[in-house]
Formats: sequence, C-alpha cells, structure tokens
Amino acid sequence: MGLMQMNRFPMAGALCAALLLAACGGQDSGDKKDKATIPANPFPSTYEPYPNSAVFITNATIIDGTGGLIDKGSLLIRNGKVSAIGTDLEMPEEATRIDAEGRWVTPGIIDNHSHLGVYPSPGVSAHGDGNEISGPVTAEVWSEHGVWPQDPGFTRAMAGGITSLHILPGSANLFGGRGVTLKNVPSRTVQGMKFPNAPYTLKMACGENPKRVYGYGGGKYPGGSPYSRMGNVAGYRESWIRAADYKRKWEKYANEGGDAPMRDLELDTLKGVLDGDILVHMHCYRADEMAQVMDISKEFGYKVTAFHHAVEAYKIADKLADYGACSSMWADWWGFKMEAYDGIKENVPLVHKAGACAIVHSDSDVGIQRLNQEAAKAWADGKKIGISIPEQEAWQWLSLNPAKSLGIAEMTGSLEPGKMADVVIWSGNPFSVYTKADQVFIDGALMYDRSDAANRPVMDFELGQPGEGDMK
Amino acid sequence: MSAQRIASLLAAAACLALPALAKPIAIVGGDIWTGTSEGTISKGVVLIDEGRIVSVSPAGSPVPVDASIVEASDKWVTPGLISAFSRTGIVEVDAEETTNDTAAGESDYSVALDAADGFNPDATSVAVTRIEGFTRIAVAPSASANLFAGQGFVADTSGEADTDISRKAFLLMSMGERGATLAGGSRPAAWAQFRAALDDSRAYPARYLASNEGTALNRVDAAALVRAARGEQLILIEAQKASDLNAIMDFAEANSDLRIAIVGADEGWRVAPRLAASGIPVIVDAFSNLPASFEQLGATAENASRLMEAGVTVAIAHLGDSSHQARLSTQVAGNAVANGLSHDDAMRALTTHPAQIFGLQGLGVIGPGARADIVVWDGDPLDVTSNPDVVMIDGKVQSLETRQTQLRDRYLKLDESTRPLAYVKP
Repeated sequence: MGLMQMNRFPMAGALCAALLLAACGGQDSGDKKDKATIPANPFPSTYEPYPNSAVFITNATIIDGTGGLIDKGSLLIRNGKVSAIGTDLEMPEEATRIDAEGRWVTPGIIDNHSHLGVYPSPGVSAHGDGNEISGPVTAEVWSEHGVWPQDPGFTRAMAGGITSLHILPGSANLFGGRGVTLKNVPSRTVQGMKFPNAPYTLKMACGENPKRVYGYGGGKYPGGSPYSRMGNVAGYRESWIRAADYKRKWEKYANEGGDAPMRDLELDTLKGVLDGDILVHMHCYRADEMAQVMDISKEFGYKVTAFHHAVEAYKIADKLADYGACSSMWADWWGFKMEAYDGIKENVPLVHKAGACAIVHSDSDVGIQRLNQEAAKAWADGKKIGISIPEQEAWQWLSLNPAKSLGIAEMTGSLEPGKMADVVIWSGNPFSVYTKADQVFIDGALMYDRSDAANRPVMDFELGQPGEGDMK
Repeated sequence: MSAQRIASLLAAAACLALPALAKPIAIVGGDIWTGTSEGTISKGVVLIDEGRIVSVSPAGSPVPVDASIVEASDKWVTPGLISAFSRTGIVEVDAEETTNDTAAGESDYSVALDAADGFNPDATSVAVTRIEGFTRIAVAPSASANLFAGQGFVADTSGEADTDISRKAFLLMSMGERGATLAGGSRPAAWAQFRAALDDSRAYPARYLASNEGTALNRVDAAALVRAARGEQLILIEAQKASDLNAIMDFAEANSDLRIAIVGADEGWRVAPRLAASGIPVIVDAFSNLPASFEQLGATAENASRLMEAGVTVAIAHLGDSSHQARLSTQVAGNAVANGLSHDDAMRALTTHPAQIFGLQGLGVIGPGARADIVVWDGDPLDVTSNPDVVMIDGKVQSLETRQTQLRDRYLKLDESTRPLAYVKP
C-alpha cells in the first residue's frame, strides 16, 4: 500500500517549487511582458523551527511510523531533523541523552480534521468563525482567516502528542473553503503556525448538512438550493463546470496572451483543485454518496484525497482502495444523525484490511487530545474479530497516512532520517488509556514537557483565569 | 400514566428481579473486583442462583456439581457498570426529532415530564451500551422549556419489554449558564424560578384549589415537584462554575431537607472540601479540561481525583455525548486514572458510587445477596483495548449482539460475486 499511496500525492518538493514560482510571479505587475498569475500563497508561513540542540533518545520502544518497531532503540535528533534511528547508534558528544527505558517513542500525531482556532474555546458566539454559511458554495473563504491562534485547545492537543493539524472550515456548505495545515506551535499569528510548503486543501461536504442548512434553512419552506442530495450533486457539478471554464480562460491567456481573466476567489480555489495543486477533503458519511463523489471527480478530472468521517467506509472499503482515497474516521462515534446511524467500531480496521488508506481523525477539541486512544480502540476492536494488525502498523493511522492526505509525507509523519523531528516520547505503550505524552518535540525543539511547567504553554486567554497553568 | 400501568410495570420489575433459573452459575478463575471490603479476589469463584449472588469465594473453592460454569481465567470480573448520566434509550437518532424524546421545549409542562414515558428498550443505543459492560443506566431528560428538565429513571440494559425500571428516580434541573438562559436570561432569574417553584410545590395542593397556575409552576408541575421538595426525591443539578456550586451549597444549607447531587461540576475541585463537608455527590466527566465556556475556565482532567481525594462521592460519566456514547464512561474513567485517580476509585465511580447516588440496592457490588449484574472482561475494564466477554443482568446472560455487530458481520467480506450483501443476514 505504501508505494501506491505515495504516488498518489504530488511530490512535496516539486509542489513547493511550483508554489514558490507562482508566488514570485505576482499579479498585475504592470509590466506587459510579465503574465498575470494567481498567487498561490499570499499569506506565507513565517514559521521557523525553534532553536534546538541534538537529542539522543535511547532505550526506547520506537514505532518508526512506516510500520516498523524497534525494541531498545535509539533516535538521534539533530538540526531539527531525524538524524538516525536504530539499535546500535553512537551518541554524539554534544547530544543531550534521554533514557527512555520503559517508554515508547513515535512520530508526532497529525490530526487531519480539526476546527481548533476556528471554533475555539471558549465557544462563545463571537468565536464561531468556522463556517461561512452565507451560501452553499463558499470556496472563496479560507479557514486560516478564521483561526484564532490563542485557542487554548492547541495546548491541550499538544499534551496529546499532536505535532501538526489540519484546520478545516465546517461542513454546512457543498464547498466550504480552503483548509490550512499548521504546526502545533503557539504563535501570535496564524502565519507563524502554517506548515511551511504544505499544499492547500479544499473542504467539501456531502449529505445532510448542506441540504439541512440551505434547503431547510431560514425557517422558510423550501429555503433554497440544495434541498436534497440531488441538489447537492447538481451543486458540485455546476461549480466544477464553472471552474473548468475559468481554468480554460487562464490557460488560453497563458498560451495566447490578451487580457488577463478577472480574478475570482471562489474559482481560484476550484481551479487549484483541477490543476492538482489543492487537495480535496470531503465530509461524507454514506457509502453510496462516496461512490457518487468518486464518479463526479472522474467526470471533472480531479481527485478526492480523503473522505472525512466516512462512517460507512467499511461498506465500500474495496472501492475506496481501488480509487485510492483515504478515509478519515472516528473509532466509534455514531447515531447523532441518520448518515451516522450505521457506524460500527470496526470501521478503521476493516478499511485498513481492505488495503485502503485509513486515518483516525478527531473533528473535536476533546478527541484530538487522545487520538492514540481512539486508534487503540479501533485496533483492539479489529483484533477481537480476528483482524490482527501490529501496533506499529496501526500507528500509520495517526501519523503517516494523515501526512499523506495533507501532502506533507515527504517532510513528516515518520521517523525516517531527514524528516522533521516531530517526535513524542510516551510514558508507556500509547495503545493504553493510562499512557501520557511525556515530551513533544516539533522540528527537534522541545515544545511540551509534562513534568516541567516551564515547557507547557499557556495561551493569552487563560492568563489570570482560574486554573491558569494547571495540569489539564 | 395510569395506576394500572404503574402496577403492571412494578409487577414486571418484580418478576425480573427474581427470574426462575434452572441451574446455578459459577464464574470461575477470574480476578474479581468486588466493590466491597473484600477488594479484588484473585482467581476467585462467584456463585449465582435465582438472579442473586450466593457467594464470592477465593481460588479453588468448590463449585456445586449442577452449576453452569463460566470460565474466566485471565479475565476480569466486575459488577455490572452503572452509567450515571445519559439519554440512552430515549433517542434513536438525535437529529431526527420524531425519534428524539429527550426534550420538549414546546410543552406546557417541565417538572412533570417523565423520561421513562419515552424509554424504548429496543433503542439501538441500549444494546450498544450493554455490550460494553453497562447493565444499568440512569437516564435523564434534557431541560428545554425552563430550568426543569423533568423526571429521570434508572433502567437495566436488557432491552427486554419488561425492563426493570425505576421511574422518577430523580429530578434533573439546570443552573449555571444554561439554567440562566432557560429561566429568562440570568442566574438571578434561575434562582428566582427555582425558589418560586419550590414554594409552589410546598403550597400544593392548597394554592391550586382555585387556579391551575401557581407563581412559577402550573398544577401538574407543582405536583411533580412535591417529592423533591420534601427531600423524598434526588435533585440532580447541572452546574459547572465554582460560584454556581457555592450558590447551590448555600441553598442546600438553607434547605437541609433537600437531597442534591451535581452533574458537571468542572470547577468542583476548587470547592472540593465544602462539597465533601456538605455530603453532596457529583457526576463528572474527566474528559472535560477545556475552558469551553466562561463557567468552565478551571476545568482540568484532575478534577475527579482532586474531588475524590477531598472525600467527595464521585461518579464518572461521559457527558460529552450523552445520547449514544454512555459506553465511553470506562474510557473517561481510565483517563481519570491517568490523571491521578486510583484505579479502585475509578471503578467505584462506575459502580458503587452511582449506586449510592441513586439509592440502588444490591447493585454495583459483587457480594453475597447482591443482584447478579456481572461482567467478565478480556482485560482491564478501564483500558481502551478491553471488551466484555460476558454480560449478565440479574443472573441472566445477555446477548452481545447489536445492530452494529450485525452490520459489521454483513460487511466482513465484500463479496457480491454470487448474491448482493443484502442476503447476508448475520
């Protein structure tokens, strides 16, 4: 599965180069020799790894993230990267030694479905910045413009071993807007959290939410389009038709010159998808709807990178494997609406067993704090029915697979030398409810230490409030 | 509710409590967490007859020759867990109003709304909760018309039509932010409504001779509040913030005849000694550690352990999704252990403490004479990788099949080469 998966995503390096070139091109420069372009990233990341020294973690049980397990292993972190991993490493003189006897080391967890920052704590009315429900198609909005970097939820996620996370707009709309991938490092600005060179994503939604919000919305009957799942599909297709036309205009302009097409924020994003630069993440519960969406993507020549929630993925795990979409799933959440009615506890292991890409996600400021436990539940429930998956293989649900789904797997998601040193030291086996993240490294810098208050961040909102700096 | 119906329900409950069983059952070889002063008995024997526990004895104790044996070597044996707070069985699909009997904002009534009238033993969540080791569920309605949610009940999770159910086991009401909103817009409004309602019920029926309306409650609701106002019924109050908890304790001191317990209590640790001294128990969710609202600023996952340390009676429940995920209370309790609670106390928070809060006799423990609600686990009940292998209610072994396990089994093999999967009927 590994290689197949890798090939489905653009090589991060090439993509970065493309993004940078596009960004450098600028727009409407006035120089008639320069073509107008659509800036790929007008809000560039300002994140830089924090200073870090070499760290040598030894005597650990290491899950390497690609499916391997190393007993009594060592991990060398140097210059913010994984430098070496194995059993017979020599500790460089300058390195700090951490004896992890009895403890486990894993790649940092990556949650590819979070609304931290856009639906922050406290969840007061002024803080509802995660869904532009003003229309069913709002591909023009970007989640990063709603992220409040002071959300205390980021610190709780860090204590749960989250090193990167994908912030999505909500699921009211057919096209909800762009998602953004963040490093889970506190910052005064969202730009200071943006994962450098991560591709943008597009949030789309199937099913009940769009038709409920728009069709039944405003207390009127009928509210508007879409009113039904038929309307949902018509809405997707109409938008892709406009996007294809927009793309043709830009290509014509690029090839033949003339007047640059008028920029359209909504279509910029959809064109980005058709160009293969922006990854589609689609909220979709029901098996039959996922199958239809896969056909729509073929009609218009794009790819759904991941279906989110995918409560019925187990019913079409074979088709998802053939198509090559990831499924981002809960371990056991179910029943809150009809399209979540057929949820089962073995969804994740059944998808994994079918050879499809399985991801454990949270969609929750509570769940994000213990995704290791969510994976453990799914792992154990699979085992109970005879689907035996080694823990080290199951860990791919938490790090490498979500990294692939976000187009950052070349940079993080496993402990391969050269990758970012996004690393968690756990107090024991992370497939146990009793295990805690002791230390969290992001790009080699120690950003969280459970036993040291100086290494536990406190957001502005919590300063001077009851419980400030408490163990949470 | 007719007297006849109540009588028949009581009769049904009585029948279930003493099922006629052909043979005694012996659970043999497991590590028995008793919930009593016996502690944990290694590789012990639990003997069950006529729906009751006859004896709990150490390893190697003799077993009657006619007993059916439940082999529990290398397994954990615990009392059936008690879900201390949920909406299990009163809603099938939250978003589908026709299937959702949790709340009634448009109703003329509030205190009198009896959640048991909406209980459906066939609700899929009942079996889903049962197979995770919960044999009893305390089920509450949800406040919607005013700060009074209505009457809660305690039921078994057998899913049988004659489910053992204790109606009107408690009254639920909301204070704090939610109570304030429901009462008209402020905490003072909530307290005014609560006090006026108690006055109404204390003046019932005299003041209703001439009118159906009281100061705060109509005749029906005032009548429904009488038992609680006399201290004959437990009042569960939802509240989080330290100042709200103090206000409740002030009120409890001034009304010492009331029986009060608190649900939520995220900032309970800040007033833990006073809670302990007041004897007010709490039902908490150890997942809650975010300043999700301005009344939860001090929330911490160590709340349960700090409260228990101070001597407060603590039950643990998964309050985050009360309709379908009561089963996650074990995971919540496990997280409380990871945040300072002892394993024994976490087990008590799922067994003896809820039994104590709701006055459930013979439940939550494995001891002679107790009702035979017993679970055999394939591992530590609080760990996320464990599952029950046997669930017993009143001595009767329960099915571990649910709609979910059937769906799972239908789709284990995605092979439609000869027939559609609709013909696979697990």
